[in-house]
Amino acid sequence: MGQRTVAETIREISRKHLEENNGILLGECISAVGWVNNTVPNCKGIVELPMTDVAGAGIAVGAAMVGRRPIFVIRFQDFLSLNGSPLINYAAKSKDLHGWSTPIFIRALASEGLGPVHSGVLHSVFMHFPGFRVVSPMTPREYDKVWQEFMKYDDPMIVSEHRESFQNSEEMADVVNDTADITLFAISSPRFAVEEAAKMLLKKGITCNIVHIFRLKPFDVQERYLEPLRRSKLGLVIDASFEICGASRSIAYELTHASGYPVKALGLLDRTKCLCPPYQNKAPDTRQIYDTVRNILK
Amino acid sequence: MRLPNFNVQAEVAKQFSSKLSLTIFERMCKVRYFELGVIDAVNKKEITYPVYLCSGQEAVAAALSTEIRNYLIFAQHRAHDVYLTFGASPERLRDELLGLPTGTSQGRAGSNCLQYHENGISMFGHHGLIGENVPQGVGAALGSGKKTVCIFGDGAAEEDYVLAAIGFAVTYKLPVLFICIDNNLSILTPVEVRRSWSITKVVKAFGIPAIDVTDDPWTVLQHTRKLTQDLPAFINCYVCRNYWHVGIGIDDTPEWDRYQMVKEELIRLGHKETIQDIEEKIRNDMEKLWDRELLLKPLGK
Repeated sequence: MGQRTVAETIREISRKHLEENNGILLGECISAVGWVNNTVPNCKGIVELPMTDVAGAGIAVGAAMVGRRPIFVIRFQDFLSLNGSPLINYAAKSKDLHGWSTPIFIRALASEGLGPVHSGVLHSVFMHFPGFRVVSPMTPREYDKVWQEFMKYDDPMIVSEHRESFQNSEEMADVVNDTADITLFAISSPRFAVEEAAKMLLKKGITCNIVHIFRLKPFDVQERYLEPLRRSKLGLVIDASFEICGASRSIAYELTHASGYPVKALGLLDRTKCLCPPYQNKAPDTRQIYDTVRNILK
Repeated sequence: MRLPNFNVQAEVAKQFSSKLSLTIFERMCKVRYFELGVIDAVNKKEITYPVYLCSGQEAVAAALSTEIRNYLIFAQHRAHDVYLTFGASPERLRDELLGLPTGTSQGRAGSNCLQYHENGISMFGHHGLIGENVPQGVGAALGSGKKTVCIFGDGAAEEDYVLAAIGFAVTYKLPVLFICIDNNLSILTPVEVRRSWSITKVVKAFGIPAIDVTDDPWTVLQHTRKLTQDLPAFINCYVCRNYWHVGIGIDDTPEWDRYQMVKEELIRLGHKETIQDIEEKIRNDMEKLWDRELLLKPLGK
């Protein structure tokens, strides 16, 4: 049993950065309704941005350009479609163009079931552009690691958070079996469903390896990913963002090429996420993972 | 009002020392003759990348550079003038335009993305989205507490994020001087076609000092001195762009020629020989800078 939740971890990292490291935290409506799911500390260094997404991101980038290593909070990832331009066109490019970096920690929160403009997961979009580190931590220790990575390097970092993880205090260990039929590589919120899906599949005689992924870019094809895949000779990458041109297919491609074994992808359908069932186009849940694996192994 | 003498006081140049006036002229010369070298190099196909020329607009940067030397600089895409007048290396700029590793961004960024961080100058590179430098400059002022200048064009003034960033600077009372270089053109579309409102009136409505002036350098300097006492503040400067938005083409004769007007004023004030000497020296310096043999060596031609 872990001690801290993910939300507490984020809050403490932020507090330390702001109080001890001359950090700065910017965002819209930071102090409203529970301080962004109780992930933002009430301390010095908080800058309430006006409701001006593009300028707000530009201001945060400017603060990064003078070395404040800002934490920039985007309460819903869908807003990245507005906030994105200073991040993509400036923060991510400065190192390649000019030789100096724009280190900004972009906390982009995802949700599920909140309709078409509050349920998006956009990390795949940012994987496409050179210059970003893209991560999706779902446990307290993973969050600690990505923060250390941000402070160690100087790249802008997209942190694809998910509200489903905020109360989680457990770490998630990989599960590797000698005789597995398939290796499930899980990203973002589906990580909370994959274990249950594996249990359901076992009842049908299908043994699964489970590998948790939180570093999306740069994607380092580690032995931790390849070893279970060699055993199962088949893989499936499961992600909460759109499958087409998305993280699941991109990482499946990398793993296929590195291992020589087929790795499939499971993400969201190529369809707008809507408010009500059956149109929500939600992240793969236990049932969807179960059905997909059974279809693959037919 | 877009006129060559708009908001210019009679005998304004006399309010400033001869030394200062000649420094301004010298810096205008530097831009003008540097860019004549650029044009020649483009014609000879030695520069094959896009160039964004400032000739015709250089008086504003020349005036600013004498007054706000230690500011963080967030200039626009058309910034040879800012780069050169604030004292950055002409050689490094030439090499950047040629795509050489000795350029100010190792030849990777080019004419519209100029940066310089040496000799006490902090000029941050633009990345080509017009007006993007305004929120960034505001954020830099917020993050550093340092005085900052954001220089942008009349087209950028229409970007929602530029207006929002100015509003933020007002709310947080940040030490930012906003300068709009109003050449009346977005590519080739004049202001009156694009909008019915005045950026100066909009900024004034935010509650900070804002003024329209023409690009008479003494007038720009006069207002800069006054407005920088209590930042944020805004100056909209009417200027004339001599060349195309990008490239070395010319469409029409500019509405006025500030370079010539400054020369005439300095002659009237008794500096004829001095300005001839300055012009001659700068011309020679820039001819050496763009010397064909020296220039072609690193290109392997």
